[in-house]
Amino acid sequence: MPSLNDYLILSAVLFTIGTAGVFVRRNLITILLSVEIMLNAVNLTFVAFGRAFGTVDGQIIVFFVMTVAAAEAAVGLAIVIALFRHRESLNPDAFTALKW
Amino acid sequence: MLFYLFGAVAVIASLLVIAQRNPVYSVLLLITSFGALSGLYVLLDAPFAASIQIIVYAGAIMVLFLFVVMLLNAPHEDTDFDERTHPMLRPGPMRFGALLAVALIAELAWALARSSPLTTFTNTPVTSIQALGRTLFTDYAFQFEVTSVLILVAMVGAVVMARREDAPGGKR
Amino acid sequence: MFNAISSNSFFIAQIGIAAVVWFLLQISAAVMVYFERKVCAWLQQRVGPNRVGKAGVLQPIADVVKLLFKEELRPAAADPLLFALAPIISATAAFAAFAVVPFGGYTTLLGLLTEPLPLHVADVNVAVLVVFAITSMGVYGIVLAGWSSNSKYSLLGGLRSSAQMISYELSYGMALAAVLLLGNSMSLRDIVNVQGGDLNVFGLFSIPHFRWFLFFNPLGFLIFFTAGVAETNRAPFDFPEAEQELVAGYHTEYSSMSFGMFFLAEYINMVTVSAVAVDLFLGGWFFPGIPESLGWLVFLVKISVLLFFYLWMRWSLPRYRYDQLMAFGWKVMLPASVLNVIATAAAVLYFGL
Repeated sequence: MPSLNDYLILSAVLFTIGTAGVFVRRNLITILLSVEIMLNAVNLTFVAFGRAFGTVDGQIIVFFVMTVAAAEAAVGLAIVIALFRHRESLNPDAFTALKW
Repeated sequence: MLFYLFGAVAVIASLLVIAQRNPVYSVLLLITSFGALSGLYVLLDAPFAASIQIIVYAGAIMVLFLFVVMLLNAPHEDTDFDERTHPMLRPGPMRFGALLAVALIAELAWALARSSPLTTFTNTPVTSIQALGRTLFTDYAFQFEVTSVLILVAMVGAVVMARREDAPGGKR
Repeated sequence: MFNAISSNSFFIAQIGIAAVVWFLLQISAAVMVYFERKVCAWLQQRVGPNRVGKAGVLQPIADVVKLLFKEELRPAAADPLLFALAPIISATAAFAAFAVVPFGGYTTLLGLLTEPLPLHVADVNVAVLVVFAITSMGVYGIVLAGWSSNSKYSLLGGLRSSAQMISYELSYGMALAAVLLLGNSMSLRDIVNVQGGDLNVFGLFSIPHFRWFLFFNPLGFLIFFTAGVAETNRAPFDFPEAEQELVAGYHTEYSSMSFGMFFLAEYINMVTVSAVAVDLFLGGWFFPGIPESLGWLVFLVKISVLLFFYLWMRWSLPRYRYDQLMAFGWKVMLPASVLNVIATAAAVLYFGL
């Protein structure tokens, strides 16, 4: 039966993988996917702590985090579409000039 | 044992997500990772969180990602744009970013190793959906209503931002 | 001997039930293939297949043999992994959704078993959500089929079909929410057991085993069934796979057994939607006057009635155009289902159901 520590370590590993993805990848959609990985790692932490304290608050916060993640993914993808339409590239380095 | 299986699937799938060239494969691997996380939630006696993880994340958000990837025909990286860029924008900063990620994981591992190993789960879990619903609609009622406004704002924002400016309808 | 086996292995019983369900689903797909063509023929005043075997009952076997003998093609520009994966995802999601649907009360196999065996593969206390979740996964089979074929028609068909499916999932879920208000539980077995109660007809007399949610929530049943038809991409909502409009939509480039798997997945999805509708609205395996041990037979009859409605609708109604279809889903079904939930909540509070 894994302890709370095991879940926290797994969550930390997933969070770091997400962060590495945001830093390393040069494709806007993959960066958004890495942000989703980070949000999921945080969800895992919440559920693990909710279980450890025997309350239901962990699952409720997960519910809200998922809703916010959905909203953020929708808006983020709309921005990506608008950027792609303008510059025909998904590389964030294509948008370094302060000129539209 | 199931914990190690699901944990390994989640970690390996996430690693492959950030290592893949093809964005469609990245999305599919992320869906696998979400499935493994859903299994972990079931192990943590949270069937509601597991179900809504599949319904909302793997079933709706990832479909949205997949639509965008397919409709934009998302090109892979390292196009000839990269060859022509300024040296500051070449792989050097990428490797620095990877170094930062390694530093982050070292810090987290150090912090977790310092803490006392927390014992196994002793409290009895609350698994009934009725209890969850009751708490959601009484203690967290305000957050619930605010979330609905948030989703409305996100919907309107997404529609406005992805609109074509030069379509025959123009700026309406 | 049977007592020895059953008294010490719950595991064997589980495997047995899963195998029986799997087998029955396969058979139901074959039966559906036969009856689709027969019902179509009767509605069009013809006879239908009657060559293969007596009255054509071996027609599905002939169809399967034909499909197996075809050449397995793959377009050169198609993505090989995704092309092979898409029908697998479709078929797996279709079968998996039936795993939490109970189809009968308890059975002792005519006294062979020492303790009664519940007729479901898995009884989870969030069964409603699990069915919904696995149905959402079925969208991916279609999206990937459209994308990996690397052809315009397939991509358009796949994207349209999956957009249709996720739009109608909303009404599907809201109709489920109305049933949850009446049934007070997310477990399908509990919901059916509530429907096994007695129906009090205006306080005059009461009919046993007739407390079906169809009578308390008829609009919910209509919305659920219509959304189910749209979810399974059946007529009149089958624009994305219509032969006349889009060649064959997302399964244009598939042949032989891969096409067979999409075909199979569609029929199993129909059976699953019918089974869930029977469990949620039509009282599951209860019928006034029939003992609970024969419940599985009642369940089969009810599913057959709903599947007949499916076939009837396909061969009598014209097809919706895609924009009409989406407008219907978002502008008519979704507000109707929300109003249904509100009305059901008000009724539960007022009448104390």
